[in-house]
Amino acid sequence: MSEDMEFTFALILNGASIGLMYSLIALGFVLVYKATDAINFAQGEFVMLAGLIVAMLISFESVPLAIAVVVVLAVMIGFGFGLERVVLRPLLGRPVVAVIMATIGLAAVLRGLGPVIFGSETRALSLPIGDEPVVIGPASLPPIQVLGAVVAIVFFLAFSWFFKKSRMGVAMRAVADNQQVAQAMGINVERYFALAWAMAGIVSAMGGIVWGSMLGVDVHLALVGLKVFPVVILGGLDSIGGALVGGLIVGIVESLAAGYLDPYVGGGTKDFAPYVLMILVLMIRPYGIFGKRKIERV
Amino acid sequence: MVGESAQRALLREDDNQLVVTGVSKKFGGVTAVQDVSLDVPRGSIVSIIGPNGAGKTSLLNMISGFYKPDAGRVLLDGKDITHKKPSDIAALGIARTFQNIALFSGLTVLDNLMLGRHVRMTAGVLSSVIYWGMAQKEDIAHREAVEEIIEFLKLQDLRKQPTASLAYGLRKRVELGRALASEPKVLLLDEPMGGMNQDEKEDMARYVLDVNQERGVTVVLIEHDMGVVMDISDKVIVLDRGRGIAIGSPDQVQSNAKVVEAYLGVSKGGDRS
Repeated sequence: MSEDMEFTFALILNGASIGLMYSLIALGFVLVYKATDAINFAQGEFVMLAGLIVAMLISFESVPLAIAVVVVLAVMIGFGFGLERVVLRPLLGRPVVAVIMATIGLAAVLRGLGPVIFGSETRALSLPIGDEPVVIGPASLPPIQVLGAVVAIVFFLAFSWFFKKSRMGVAMRAVADNQQVAQAMGINVERYFALAWAMAGIVSAMGGIVWGSMLGVDVHLALVGLKVFPVVILGGLDSIGGALVGGLIVGIVESLAAGYLDPYVGGGTKDFAPYVLMILVLMIRPYGIFGKRKIERV
Repeated sequence: MVGESAQRALLREDDNQLVVTGVSKKFGGVTAVQDVSLDVPRGSIVSIIGPNGAGKTSLLNMISGFYKPDAGRVLLDGKDITHKKPSDIAALGIARTFQNIALFSGLTVLDNLMLGRHVRMTAGVLSSVIYWGMAQKEDIAHREAVEEIIEFLKLQDLRKQPTASLAYGLRKRVELGRALASEPKVLLLDEPMGGMNQDEKEDMARYVLDVNQERGVTVVLIEHDMGVVMDISDKVIVLDRGRGIAIGSPDQVQSNAKVVEAYLGVSKGGDRS
């Protein structure tokens, strides 16, 4: 391999691992949109909340990481259920904009309350994975990126199985397909809405741990949520596989932009390159690469 | 009921499985259904007929809980179900199909039919995770029930097909199968033969009769094909502009002057526009 190719390979691998971590967060967004048609603008704040909780818990020396993980999962599941029950259920049947505004409001509340409750300093969230880089061919990745990628892949496999094979997963697809008919099948649609939010909570908990560990935990952790939008627009709002592919594309584009463009322009292209791509995709395939093509009669 | 078959004679007038009393429904200023009553004897086939916009589907929607009546009540086996949620009504034994085929289009025939079993699945969300084995065993029993329906409706070759790829008549049949999978007491069919050719209609009529006679399911159907309706129904109710204008045996209804008027738009008093 020439030096150029090695450089490219390293950039792609690095981008792919980050991309998988984006996918993990985007998965939370997609699960909610798929089942309930709600667009969750607070996905990044969910991740931040989870990160804050874990960081706080492990700052008590007596709390082992495993316990902190279990607790944060439980809290985020409860948060998902509670949110659906208290905030979103009363909005059922209201215009989509009402739900969007509610999640934007929620995002602001979480960003405001986070520092109030957990303190405003940046906390470290260190995981017992060492800091020896993992060498793959010419590339070397920080261990947290490898862990993040593995967690993302595990969750994608688990959710793919869930939706294809499990009874609840199939019922949830039925709810996503047609709520009215699902009701006629005796499916309690509201329960599945709550379940979707709880699953978003689970995914956010894992996202909070890996992203918190990589970036440190403070209110800025919520910013990773912004990357959800190019990911889901690229992949399709309602496609789980699309979230995976969209994440990979965004991660790799970012990484290539940082490697090849930043040296010429003095940096910063990585932050907006995915959005340029997003706008291009919107022009060509407005429903994303894997999204359902909805034809609306006007 | 002079002249009815022996099976129909067994139906007792006072043994009503489903009773609708004086239901009304308005949307804004538009009256969809006005003070309609209907007794559905256990084990009977009752048809709802009427011109387009007569309120047939609205009546069905009130029985299945999708619309809440502004007035009146719906009783299933004497139990008031008027204000129950659609999913609860389904669980109580009322299954339905929809006028525009409403299969889950991304799912296979088998998944659609298995979803029909949803109300029969007792293992809840949590317990199906914890007692994995039990849920698995239950799944096998559900699968057997679904296989029986697949055989009944001759869907053997289509199990793994996505429903979106099926021909129209087959999709209607799968939808009937999905409703049957819940082992309903009462089956509500909204135009089960709509858009079908003559052969498909005859097949569907046969299936509806089998469902009624062999499985003992009470059937309420909306249908436009008068030949089919008069053939298979024990009782017919005619709606026109939201009101029940006639009710009785097919013979009685056919000879009713008001019905002729509603359908043909003519009366002694001049034509109706």
